[in-house]
Amino acid sequence: MNNMQTVNYTATTNACKLCTPLGAALFFKGIENGISLLHGSQGCSTYIRRYLISHFREPVDVASSNFSEDTAIFGGGANLKKALDNIRKQYRPGLIGVASTCLSETIGDDVPMFIKNYKEGHKGEALPRIIHVSTPSYNGTHADGFHKAVKATVADFIRHPVNDCVKSEQKRLKGTINLFPGMVSPADLRYLKEIMSGFGLRCLMLPDYSETLDGGLWNGFKAIQEGGSRIDELDSIGSAEASIEFGRVLAFEETAGYILEKDCGIRLHGLGLPIGIMETDRLFTVLEEISGIKTPEIFRKERERLIDSYVDGHKYVSGIKAVVYGEEDLVTGIVSFLKEIGITPVLCGSGGQSKRLKEAIKQVTPDSDKSVINILEGADFMQIEKEAITMSPGIVIGNSKGYGMARLLNIPIVRVGFPIHDRLGGSRVLHLGYRGAQQLFDTIVNSLLEKRQDKSEIGYSYM
Amino acid sequence: MNNMETIGLLKERERQVYLKGEQPFEMDCEKKSLAGAVSQRACVFCGSRVVLYPIADALHLVHGPIGCAAYTWDIRGALSSGPQLHRLSFSTDLKETDIIYGGEKKLYSALSELIDLYSPHAAFVYSTCIVGIIGDDVEAVCKRVSEEKGIPVLPVHSEGFKGTKKDGYRAACQALFKLTGRVDTQGINKHSINILGEFNIGGEAWIIKDYYERMGVQVVSVMTGDGRVREIEKAHGASLNVVQCSGSMTYLAKLMEERYGIPWIRVSYFGIEDVSSALYDVAGQFSDEPAIMEKTRELVKDEVSRIYPQIREYRKDLAGKKAALYVGGAFKAFSLIKALRHLGMNVILAGSQTGTKEDYEVLRELCDEGTVILDDANPIELSKYVIEKDADLFIGGVKERPIAYKLGIGFCDHNHERKIPLAGFIGMLNFAKEVHETVMSPVWRFTPRRAVGVINE
Repeated sequence: MNNMQTVNYTATTNACKLCTPLGAALFFKGIENGISLLHGSQGCSTYIRRYLISHFREPVDVASSNFSEDTAIFGGGANLKKALDNIRKQYRPGLIGVASTCLSETIGDDVPMFIKNYKEGHKGEALPRIIHVSTPSYNGTHADGFHKAVKATVADFIRHPVNDCVKSEQKRLKGTINLFPGMVSPADLRYLKEIMSGFGLRCLMLPDYSETLDGGLWNGFKAIQEGGSRIDELDSIGSAEASIEFGRVLAFEETAGYILEKDCGIRLHGLGLPIGIMETDRLFTVLEEISGIKTPEIFRKERERLIDSYVDGHKYVSGIKAVVYGEEDLVTGIVSFLKEIGITPVLCGSGGQSKRLKEAIKQVTPDSDKSVINILEGADFMQIEKEAITMSPGIVIGNSKGYGMARLLNIPIVRVGFPIHDRLGGSRVLHLGYRGAQQLFDTIVNSLLEKRQDKSEIGYSYM
Repeated sequence: MNNMETIGLLKERERQVYLKGEQPFEMDCEKKSLAGAVSQRACVFCGSRVVLYPIADALHLVHGPIGCAAYTWDIRGALSSGPQLHRLSFSTDLKETDIIYGGEKKLYSALSELIDLYSPHAAFVYSTCIVGIIGDDVEAVCKRVSEEKGIPVLPVHSEGFKGTKKDGYRAACQALFKLTGRVDTQGINKHSINILGEFNIGGEAWIIKDYYERMGVQVVSVMTGDGRVREIEKAHGASLNVVQCSGSMTYLAKLMEERYGIPWIRVSYFGIEDVSSALYDVAGQFSDEPAIMEKTRELVKDEVSRIYPQIREYRKDLAGKKAALYVGGAFKAFSLIKALRHLGMNVILAGSQTGTKEDYEVLRELCDEGTVILDDANPIELSKYVIEKDADLFIGGVKERPIAYKLGIGFCDHNHERKIPLAGFIGMLNFAKEVHETVMSPVWRFTPRRAVGVINE
């Protein structure tokens, strides 16, 4: 209690991030018959479930090892074991993703050892894969938790005995690629699969929650929704011909794609999230190179229509200033897209603190572009809002959390990313590829038109 | 329903599931959730946060890493007639270095700055899991800031793992109790009450307050709906505590009874029957003033006759439909069973996260033969029984909603996130309307369980 004044610290007000285990819990929904288990208090699982449910509007079961005071004193080994037993009984999963929380990390639980002991204690039984990812919420954001889970899963799969981590070029599975799409929407994932099959590529996409988090109603009960990256397919992840990984900010780190390149010699194509024409063109160039075929006509036509609409709509968006916020890689992708349609992203904010956002945004900004973007890293909505007020923006682009800011500024908000919990269809927002850019462009233009129309005293019905 | 046989219960949970009429009744409740069982419960922090959240002129600072504050940012329908401070999310957002060196200094700095910025009338500091582990002296920081800023700064001991949601209620009650008895009670007459356990979801506290005022009963404070620190500070001047949501607030009523000698009664404002008896019970406490009972009778008559014709219309469609309900506290379940009966509906499943043995005994009395009664259930159990019992309606919170919808069952949100008032007479009408809207929607005929398919599988 002495020298309290030595720290000058401002509270985080209205965070522009969520906690690390949320990202891991979301990731494990993208593996066939997979379920996540948070090693910590019951509340973490329940809050994260509720949060994911309010966006996806699908059941999201997240188990907890349910710490009590005793657990916190004596360690969480016994609870983890019991939790694994009970999950196996209730869910019969093919994979259990164990993500730690701040509590279990702080008391120093050795989760890898607990899992090892568990496996040894159940030798001879058909055990699910059990994957551990360290996700203390005092370290990073939900985006980091997501990527750490991807990486931990890949590392686990290539070390699994049935997996071939093929070093030699000849033995590689020609036409098979690994795709690490990052934290995108189920609609994005479905579209990516469509693109890959358009190029005749077999795609091991990790994760794939396109069906598990955006599926139909059930005829009878389902413990775990159908769909997801297949475990038997992931077993050949170490022998794919190439890996594609989205995320310019992510690319600065040792990612899943990086491990596969280093350990298995699989060539990694690190790309930005393909939002807008420029970034999508880069993806299609890589796909043409890997597959050896030209971009199929369906996608060429999409690109043509997109450019046609850019021309039709350019005057409605030209010179508009935008505030963009969310996960760093999403922000980078949106900035790239906005730059190509004539909207100026005057302010970019993220709760992420990789210190790479500025560099990533520079990569997608043409040298000739002299506009200045105010970039707030490790920011909360209080900071973003305060800054935004001084910049007279015309539109806000990001998740539902920015609604208050848009309302305050009296400008439209276009909802992208996660979470979208004040509108229906967060799962079906398409961001990626030419088709995603089309959806974004139309939505942005129409939001601006609607605002103009509403503000007009006459209320033109013809714009 | 092909998969039904495969839904098994966990052995250790068998004594928390009861089918009325089948086996001897002995509910093994009030215990920690089972690891790996995927409980619908949250944690101690959640219990505290949920009770204190609606106090609109207080600062609510969550001490810990970001998650706990992020997940409780503006999530509830608890309305305020004035300040909106409770709708902001404040966190000390602890990082790795704080785990090593402690978070007291950050807490001190953050708290002092926020108080300067927002001038709240009190501040609540919620301790989350790791605060209990790293050993921050939150009490001491709060005490110091309180002295420096001249407002009450109350630590809320809500480390997630130190018990269940109920322990969080207790911690919140302790903090509220510390606020009471601080100011002069002049102007409070003898026919006065505090409304406890009413959180003003969708404006419910305003509806209830209006009833009491029409009865001639003075409302000193509402804890905590549309709550104000100044009102809570003089709550000890009231003659009676009227407790709804008894699971969370009975403890505070008992503390106030002990310290100030204020008697308390338990009520519910959900459903015509319960809201009427609530008002009569309060009137009965003030029998020295017969006019109060007189006015109450008039009020109930007026209100009931206003909503009854419409309720009767809804009932025509809803009679015989089957409802499942899974709620936080069991007391709400009692009211809902009665309210659903008013609509002609049968309850086939009733459960709660935090019911006591006595609660479940009452629940058993209330339920028909064959009703499934559950304590601290999980998605698998809830699914199993709503399928087996062929429910038409599920009443619960956001976490239960997708269970209902996936199985093609109507849903009514009766939790804190809803925006529609369901309390009072008008609330009963809203409830009936919402139930009718969901149960009678034409969409169900396309769902697998009801569909006469056009496209055959």
